[in-house]
Formats: sequence, C-alpha cells, structure tokens
Amino acid sequence: MAPITSPTASAAMTAPAIEASGLTKRFGSILALDRLDLAVPRGSVFGLLGPNGAGKTTTIRILIGLARPTAGNAFVAGIEVGLDEPELRRRLGYLDQDPRFYGWMTGRELLELVGRLHGLAGSELRSRVDEMLARTGLTAAAQRRIGGYSGGMRQRLGIAQALLHRPEILILDEPVSSLDPEGRRDLLELIAGLRGEATVVFSTHLLADVERICDRVAILDRGRLITEGPLEELLAAHARPIYRLGPAPGQGATVAILVDRLRAAPWTTDVAVADDLVRVTVSDPVGAAAGILPLVVAAGVVLDLFERARPTLEDVFLELVGPATADDLDGRGFIRPREVSDR
Amino acid sequence: MTGFTVLLRKELLEQWRTTRLPVVATVFLLVGLSSPLLARFTPEIIKAVGGDQFQIVLPTPTAADAYDQLAKNLGQFGALIAVLLAMGSVATEKERGTAALILTKPASRGAFLVTKLVAIATTLGISMAIAAAGAWFYTLILFEPLPLAGFVAATILQWLALVAYAAITFVGSTLTRSALAAAGLGVAAFIVLGILGIVPAIGRYLPTGLGAPARSLALGQAGVDVLGPTVATVVLIGVLVGVAWTAFRRQEL
Repeated sequence: MAPITSPTASAAMTAPAIEASGLTKRFGSILALDRLDLAVPRGSVFGLLGPNGAGKTTTIRILIGLARPTAGNAFVAGIEVGLDEPELRRRLGYLDQDPRFYGWMTGRELLELVGRLHGLAGSELRSRVDEMLARTGLTAAAQRRIGGYSGGMRQRLGIAQALLHRPEILILDEPVSSLDPEGRRDLLELIAGLRGEATVVFSTHLLADVERICDRVAILDRGRLITEGPLEELLAAHARPIYRLGPAPGQGATVAILVDRLRAAPWTTDVAVADDLVRVTVSDPVGAAAGILPLVVAAGVVLDLFERARPTLEDVFLELVGPATADDLDGRGFIRPREVSDR
Repeated sequence: MTGFTVLLRKELLEQWRTTRLPVVATVFLLVGLSSPLLARFTPEIIKAVGGDQFQIVLPTPTAADAYDQLAKNLGQFGALIAVLLAMGSVATEKERGTAALILTKPASRGAFLVTKLVAIATTLGISMAIAAAGAWFYTLILFEPLPLAGFVAATILQWLALVAYAAITFVGSTLTRSALAAAGLGVAAFIVLGILGIVPAIGRYLPTGLGAPARSLALGQAGVDVLGPTVATVVLIGVLVGVAWTAFRRQEL
C-alpha cells in the first residue's frame, strides 16, 4: 500500500528549497540586485554564475540572513529569510568566500562549537567532528590553532563546519577560490556527492566547475538574472555550435576557397584558421548542419578531422554576458555596478 | 536566546585563551595589594623625599585611607580596563567577519550580545574579587580588619559600576564597526558621569553614586542607602543592553 502523504507535506516536499521574488538590493545609488526571481529545486546542485560584481554574494548574503533586501522577499526551506532567524540557520550550511574564524581556537574546537550550536552533543558530536576533519583532510591539524592555518586549510575548515550538521540546504560562496587543484577536485566531488541528499547553491566565476557538477545554473550580470535553467537546456538554447575542420596536408589553395565560402554562408558568424584547423562558429545550427559538408565537398577539400564541438558553459556565458570591456571594469577588476537615481 | 549556553562557554573560554582574564586579574591584584601599601607608606615616602622642606602635618593613615585608595584606584584603572574589555567585543567581530560565522548558525543575536557582556562582567568580577581579597588581607596586616561582609558588599557595588562602564562601551561597540569609536564613547561617558556625579540629585542614581554607599559598607558604617543607586545602575545596564540589542538585530553584517 502506498504511503499516504498529506497535501501540505507533499507541497512542502515539492516546493523549491529556495525561492526569491523581486529581490532588490540598493547601496545608496548603486543597484546591486535588481528584481531577482529565483527558484532552486530541492536536491539540486545549483550554480550561481556571474562576473565579479554581478550580485552573487549580495544574493547569498540576503538568502542566509546577513543582509536585508531593499525590496522583494525570499524563502529558504519554507522560512522567510530575516536577520535574526535561528530556525532558518538550523536548516542551512554556509561557507563564506573568505571564511573567518577565531584564531585562538583549534580546528576541533571550532567544529565542536558549531556542532553544539546545531544541537549536536556527546558521542554524536565527536564522531561528526572526527568524520568532517577526516573528509577535509584536517585530522592532523585538528589540535592546532586556526590562527596558524593556511588559506586553503581555513577554506577546508569552512567546508567542514558548513557540512557538519548535515544541512538540508548548503550555500557556498566561491568555495574553491583558495584551494589547490587537489583540494578543488575533492571539494567538487564532495558537492557532487550531495546531489539528492541536500540542495547545494554555489556561486563561482569558474565555469568549468559549474559545468562539472551543477544540474541547474543561473547567470547574473550587474544585479540582473540573465537566465536560469537546467544546464543542458541552457547549453542547447544559447551556446553556438562550433565546427572544427582538419584538412589533410597540402591543400592550401582549396582550403582558402573553402574558408571564403564558409565566411560567405549565412549561418556562420566567424571562421578562423589556426594551427592547421578551421574553426567555424555558427549562428544557425540547423543551417550549418545541412550546409557545411556540401561546401567542403564542393571545394574539394579532403578532411582528416571533422567534429562538432560540444558547446561549453563558457560559450553560453559569453553569448549572454559578453566579455567585459575596459569601461565595464572598476579599478579592482570588478564589473562596475549599475547606478540609479536615489528614490 | 537560542545558543546562549554554548556561546557563553565560548566567550568565557575566549576570555581565558586570549589572556584577557589572567592579565586583567593580575592588574587588579596589583592594584588591590598596592592600595593599602600606598595608604600606609605615603606619609613616610613624602617625609623621606622632602619632608624637611615642608611643614605639613600628615595624619596617621587608617584602614579607611586604605579603602579610599583602593576605591580610587579601582574606580580609575578599573573603569579604563572595563572600557578596554568592551571596546572591541562586537565591533571587532563584525569587522573581522566572525560575527557572521556565528550568526549564520542557530544562535540568536540576543544570545550573541548578552553572552559577550556576561563574559566581560565575569572577567571584571573575578578580577575584582582577587583585588578585593588582596586589599582586605593587606589592610588586615597593615592596619586593622575591615568588616568582611560589608567589604564584600562594597566590592559588589564597585563591580556593578565597572559593568555599567563596560555596558556603555559595549553599546558603542554594537553601534559601530570601530573599537576605537566604542572606546571613545566609554571614556566620554566616564568623564560625563564623573561630572554629573557631583550634582547630588542626579549623582546618587549614576554608577558614580555607588561609591558612597560602597565606602560606608566597607567601613561598617550604618544608615547606608544602597538600594537606590544599585537599582538605578542595574536598570541603566538593562537599558543599555536593550539599546544594543535593538540596534544589533537590525544590522546587516
């Protein structure tokens, strides 16, 4: 017999883990977040993408209750976010992009403090602390003062404290920024392993990381949500396919003819020749699929290589956000925020 | 007050680990021991330094002089130390980001604040007790025993005054991100309260007004109005905590 679930319980299970509506944040005349609507499904690994200064950290700070929205509201685990909401924090794990701890504490003491705040005690607390120290490679340094930890060790300790109480929702702000390649790989595997168990939201500007582990992505730019959806759908909808053609050696003249014809085709946006490869960026995937090989045959070019490169998130990102120009950047390399008149 | 016990434990451990408690206790002990000594030997020191040149008749020091010396030293050094202890308590945590670490856990902002003030009050209390014990013992050796119960009660009143100075500074530390600004507020309050304390109608209801009843208690004098200044100071501390909490619960970190 199937278990009976009340409509309310069922709705709670299917409701998004995080839901934001019209989230706006102003700092004086600076509009850091502009009417952001966001829904993060339960159990997903959700990537919050954007260049520096896009509004990722502001969004996260509002979601975890460290900042107040100027307008709009947000619900995390069904609880409206606020500055003093201990119940919300019970359900959350959070890692800051630059985690700060008490330098006089040891790593173990910090985890014990966090565990106790989450209601863990006795043998359960000890075993969880031991487990998290081991998972983050900090067992040997557990009795050392945090003041002597390196940046990478502090980041790993931050991950340990965020995961200690098995949070329902894990929010990570640039979690791999201070990690070495090995630590980065381990953390990404750890996050990927949480899929289905917890909802993970993590912000980054490292597109390869998002592509590796996220199943949904939101792209922010200057405080606005540019797009949001499953990664594969975004790739299909926004990434322009790229074809790579590798002509057999000794066909210089015919390859030049082919390149001219490709450039003249209505479905190409860019044709570049480099390292004996012809790289064709297309605007119309259907037209390109039908037209590219006939052009190769008509030019009489023999190919050693013909491939349709899988579009990457970087392609999507550049398509939607575009590369930053010098005018877009402030002195720190951050995207200049939008200024609006004070109201 | 979610997380109160856990945070209080952390705050008390911090007082010890960061050596605030041992250092403050040592300073207070030195003040406690030196006060009766100064009271006892000041006339002889003055005489030895230049007594031949002055025709000053110094009265024979008494146990009351020892207490006055202690009260004066603790009132000044103690208030300064109370300001130093409280100035960075919240401001530094906000500035360093450790407040955000704690407040993204199941801990209320009220518990975060109150445990800090309780820890500061505990450090001041332990230090005060050590200073008082040293002073009472040296007064016994150099002069005569002061009434123990009255001396303990006087110490509690002096401690309450120091907690009030710490609470004023604590409000400054909560309102700003600057420990220096908080210290400025504490020192300014110390000066202003000192001036207002001269006005009889107001003075007895300020932390400075605790000095007179404390002296009477320590010296075993009868007819002391302890209740008025004590209640007024406790209410002041309560109001200050309320102001800090009201401001802090609306602050972005």
